[in-house]
Amino acid sequence: MSEPLELPAYARSLGIAVTGEAEHGMPVLTVDFGANVEGRPQHFHGGATAGLLENAGYAALRTALIAAGRDPQLKPINITVQYLAAGKSRPSFAVGRITRLGRRNANIAVEAWQEDRDRPIAAAVMNILMV
Amino acid sequence: MNTPTPRFDAREASKWFFRHGHTGWLGLRFADQGDNWVELELPWREDLLGDRSRPVLASGPIISLMDMASGMAIWQTRGSFQPVATLDLRVDYQRPARERASVRGRVECYRITRSAAFVRGIAYDDTLDDPVAHVAGCFMTIGTDPREANPALRGAAAHE
Repeated sequence: MSEPLELPAYARSLGIAVTGEAEHGMPVLTVDFGANVEGRPQHFHGGATAGLLENAGYAALRTALIAAGRDPQLKPINITVQYLAAGKSRPSFAVGRITRLGRRNANIAVEAWQEDRDRPIAAAVMNILMV
Repeated sequence: MNTPTPRFDAREASKWFFRHGHTGWLGLRFADQGDNWVELELPWREDLLGDRSRPVLASGPIISLMDMASGMAIWQTRGSFQPVATLDLRVDYQRPARERASVRGRVECYRITRSAAFVRGIAYDDTLDDPVAHVAGCFMTIGTDPREANPALRGAAAHE
């Protein structure tokens, strides 16, 4: 995949990167474990995990919009994060899936995992307004 | 054996909570507290922007702010520090934060049980009645078996 996705300053600053891998055409994002994502000792902070999920959601939506030849401004409506397992001191990954791409609203499901893709550590549902 | 420990105080705890880790990296600061609520501040910072076109804070750090304020509101309400895990956190964005504005997050713990705690809060950059976001969350106590904290079971455990 070429690099059509430019991550926002916040994502780059936190250490989030595009892996180059894709799942169902959607980019997989990753962040290494380090002091800037640490909550309780040796574990991801819930906020850092949410940041990874949210950025993977936006990356999926941007990818779908580029494919559709659209370039709207995106505005967050809401995000609900479910924490499923503790994020340990190793890299985390996340990928989004477009549940529905409408004209004004997109509904996106996102999953984050660590060493085992089949054991997610967190999941999110996001609604994003496109104007 | 039961040495009285000082009550959890968010202001005091902030002094070491925000020295390292994710919250230290974000630069979170203590702002205010009540019996069952805590308010923290996320200072504006150039490298926390979420949008190339406007100098406004990204939504991700606001989730971190509210997650941390939630945990501290729970400890403030409980009166003691006991590790909690976020089960579910929902953020409804009302409007973007103002340009170059810090964001404050006030979260109250409105219900607490032995193993669960429920919170709701507001993120704002000017006044509480003009929120940037509303949040609602559910947390669970971790690290200890909640049954050990049940006074009804303490008698039995004492025989061991």
